[in-house]
Amino acid sequence: MSGELLNKDCRQLREAIAAGRAKSVEATKAVFEAINKYEPVIGAYISTFEKQALAKAKEVDDKIAAGEAVGELAGVPVAIKDNLCSTFGATTCASKILENFHSPYNATVIEKLLAADAVIVGKTNMDEFAMGSSTENSGLKRTVNPWDTSRVPGGSSGGSAAAVAGRLCFAALGSDTGGSIRQPAAFCGVVGLKPTYGRVSRYGLVAYGSSLDQIGPVTRTVSDCALMMNVIAGHDEKDSTSVGESIAPVCNYLEKLDEPISRPLRGRLRIGVVPELNAGSDNDVQNAIAEAIEVYKKLGAETVEIEMPHFDYAIAAYYVIATAEASSNLARYDGVHYGHRTASKADYIEVYTKSRAEGFGKEVKRRIMLGTYALSSGYYDAYYLKALKVRNLIRGDFTNAFERCDCVMMPVSPTTAFKIGEKVDDPLKMYLSDVYTIAANLAGVPSISIPCGFDENNLPIGLQILAAAFAEEKLLRIARMFEMQTEWHQRRPAMPE
Amino acid sequence: MNNLQYKVVVGLEIHVHLCTKTKMFCGCAMEYGARPNSRVCPVCLGMPGVLPVMNKQAIEYAVLAALALNCKIAEFTKWDRKSYYYPDLPKNYQISQYDLPLGAHGFIEIAVEGGRSKKIRIRRVHLEEDAGKNLHSAGNFSQVDLNRAGAPLLEIVTEPEVNGAAEVRALAVELQRIVRYLGVSEADMQKGHMRFEPNINLVVTKDGSEHKTPIAEVKNLNSFRALEKSVEYEIRRQLDNFQETGEVMQMGNKSTRGWDDVNEVTVLQREKEEAHDYRYFPEPDLVPVEVKSRWLEEIRGHLCELPLKKQMRYVEQYGLSAYDAGVLTAERSTAEFFEDVVKGGGEPKRVCNWITQDGLRLANERGCSVRKLGITPQQVAKLTSMIVSGDISSTAATSVTNIMTTRIGIDPHLIAKEESLLQKSDASELEKVVEQVLAENSKAVEDVKSGGKKNEKARSFLLGQVMQKTKGQANPKIVSEILSKKLN
Repeated sequence: MSGELLNKDCRQLREAIAAGRAKSVEATKAVFEAINKYEPVIGAYISTFEKQALAKAKEVDDKIAAGEAVGELAGVPVAIKDNLCSTFGATTCASKILENFHSPYNATVIEKLLAADAVIVGKTNMDEFAMGSSTENSGLKRTVNPWDTSRVPGGSSGGSAAAVAGRLCFAALGSDTGGSIRQPAAFCGVVGLKPTYGRVSRYGLVAYGSSLDQIGPVTRTVSDCALMMNVIAGHDEKDSTSVGESIAPVCNYLEKLDEPISRPLRGRLRIGVVPELNAGSDNDVQNAIAEAIEVYKKLGAETVEIEMPHFDYAIAAYYVIATAEASSNLARYDGVHYGHRTASKADYIEVYTKSRAEGFGKEVKRRIMLGTYALSSGYYDAYYLKALKVRNLIRGDFTNAFERCDCVMMPVSPTTAFKIGEKVDDPLKMYLSDVYTIAANLAGVPSISIPCGFDENNLPIGLQILAAAFAEEKLLRIARMFEMQTEWHQRRPAMPE
Repeated sequence: MNNLQYKVVVGLEIHVHLCTKTKMFCGCAMEYGARPNSRVCPVCLGMPGVLPVMNKQAIEYAVLAALALNCKIAEFTKWDRKSYYYPDLPKNYQISQYDLPLGAHGFIEIAVEGGRSKKIRIRRVHLEEDAGKNLHSAGNFSQVDLNRAGAPLLEIVTEPEVNGAAEVRALAVELQRIVRYLGVSEADMQKGHMRFEPNINLVVTKDGSEHKTPIAEVKNLNSFRALEKSVEYEIRRQLDNFQETGEVMQMGNKSTRGWDDVNEVTVLQREKEEAHDYRYFPEPDLVPVEVKSRWLEEIRGHLCELPLKKQMRYVEQYGLSAYDAGVLTAERSTAEFFEDVVKGGGEPKRVCNWITQDGLRLANERGCSVRKLGITPQQVAKLTSMIVSGDISSTAATSVTNIMTTRIGIDPHLIAKEESLLQKSDASELEKVVEQVLAENSKAVEDVKSGGKKNEKARSFLLGQVMQKTKGQANPKIVSEILSKKLN
């Protein structure tokens, strides 16, 4: 019974619960059974809230029994990344420095989940302050890939992706600054969407790179992704950078989800491809992407070769902009205002330096140093200002591209999930694994990762689809076209015990 | 030793608290003197995950002030982060404006000697959030009060062309009047609503060439007096120092000094200007601000005649003394009350006298403005005309005024009548009384007529007798005239 429930996607589960055919309490119990069983190996969660979750589940069941209206995620057990502020549990960002930080307020997305009657089961592991591509930079615990426990789940939303893939929740929220939702989704064989910058409120997301960060869903299916977007998207007066309804109205992403994209004149979906880009990937990845595009072609799509002349500079620009913003965003964790405070008695300057030295992990320190350097007087023009110019050029590349095509397809990552420890001593190599995902953050456009195959080691491969700003509805429909034709998303990892 | 020629050069950095209802980037109320850390929320505490949201009223107040300072308003302006680590700064960066300030290239006109005015150029005006306050009175640790953190702060930077302590004071007073006129700040220096940091040095002429002394920036000035005194002190100190050491301005020898209000001296705080690197960069959490022309015109509509202009107009148009005009224009509500009375037919000089004497005295006693005394401009117009026509003496007018504050809306003439304060000015009636007094006091009449020493004393005596007989209601001017006529 419980296994059956766990195999439902969010839409099916919600429907069953709302119709009284299933109980949220049962689904929630099933999730905690799975957590108890697999979590010691997977390590997806930093904290779980069994009591609170069951109480909420019961509340939803009671509402339904009483014939009351319930929200879009009624009774669905979900997880949230531990960089989203919540009044329950700690909000650690997987950092020792925030290990004991308890937020007095909820992030807007959490308020929205609760208002939609979702059941929040726990907060997931991540790279410290979302800085990393493997979740190995977590200062608190290790998360492994459910498909192969010797491998990383990707990052930084590795806990969210592993939890969704491992059936330790039905859906999760992650955050994506340079690929942190899409890459772990690809590594774990699930769906991950980074919405357009400004589509989802960032209020309550502990900032890493403020001009790049976006919160988005990690789900098992594209339709669950659309459902989650229905709940979390929209303007928030607490976030000035969230876009107003008058500029880009939020729509019901589920409404036309199953209708394939066809264009009035020629009736064809135009897929932009950048041939020279794909060449940098492993063969299995290249092949899977090519086959995926073939699936679309069989559905009547055509491919358009496009140019992304500034794509090569994306990583360099990203690591200047993101680290510069991070160096400022993380300044408040100084032992006086927020975060771990050194035990040694010292003047305030020393309290700052010691607390930070003790609290932050290696990668976070590295990025703070990089960002501080880039913003220093005399270097600003050469680094930060130049990076902003590159960013504008990349934006221009996408604007040009979307005049000629409906979407762009490329790999999410040049490789499938790599071995734990493989890249930890070579930060540059680690940075390069973000080569395909970073551009979407720099340009602010939405991008989704969907399962599109497996490599020779039976590791999932992700297809990345990018669309124009605020074209999430179209993007989801394009992704759904593929999902309806393929069964990759239905494969499950053999869970380790 | 003291016959060196020198010129004082002062540039000011000024911070003005805007009196918006809420803080710059959150909904917390602005309240001076509230219990420490009681006016805070996650946003102004800089909690992880929070985002600032701009207060539109703060922008409007800032633009209004910049317009009054004759600045060019930037059509496009943005926010920048200024990074530095300090316990009173929750995020360890301050949201400020760096390369695109809201206003620039303005000037402020100040009153200088001889009723003239002088223009001091304003380099820039920008908006930023205030920090909190560190308190060091708790033993071997410090405390931080963040009630002030996030308060909207207007920073005004003048060109270094204020030449002397008196001009510095005049500028400060003028700026206070301006922001109060505009209603954008309470501008109370004691409460820290307005903070002045003068950068002072001298250009000394010696042996035919000019020598610039090192610049000193003075902090902790919490009154106009301290501001003026600190500049005076710095002039003496820098002159002495120059004569002793010959030290002149060079890269890196600017110092920061604090004002010691008890000993009235400046005290060295930082010897050399630290090489601050604030690592400014555009604030990614806020969108840029575009002050479009329609909005700008709407804000411009809230401008008013500025105090100095008003003051000079009063001198010219109404023939008031510069001093009186200054008193009338010190506060906008007083000036507007004055103008309302004049519009209602009051004779300007009399009205001025009434306001500066009776009106402001009562207002001070009650801690309110003249307008809030419960006396209308129409009543004052009437009362002052009664003084002009001789219906009432100035002394009696004061009594009527006092009564008007309790008997709201009653015609001053009626009050004067009821209180028997009206003067008798009827010459024929008064002549009878005079004749009677003269008849009864032949000795005094003799004294007057004999002239000499006793003349004046006797005249006063006779006048006094008339006043006594009329119970003080006779118009003394008219009685004197009749007496003179009769006795000569």
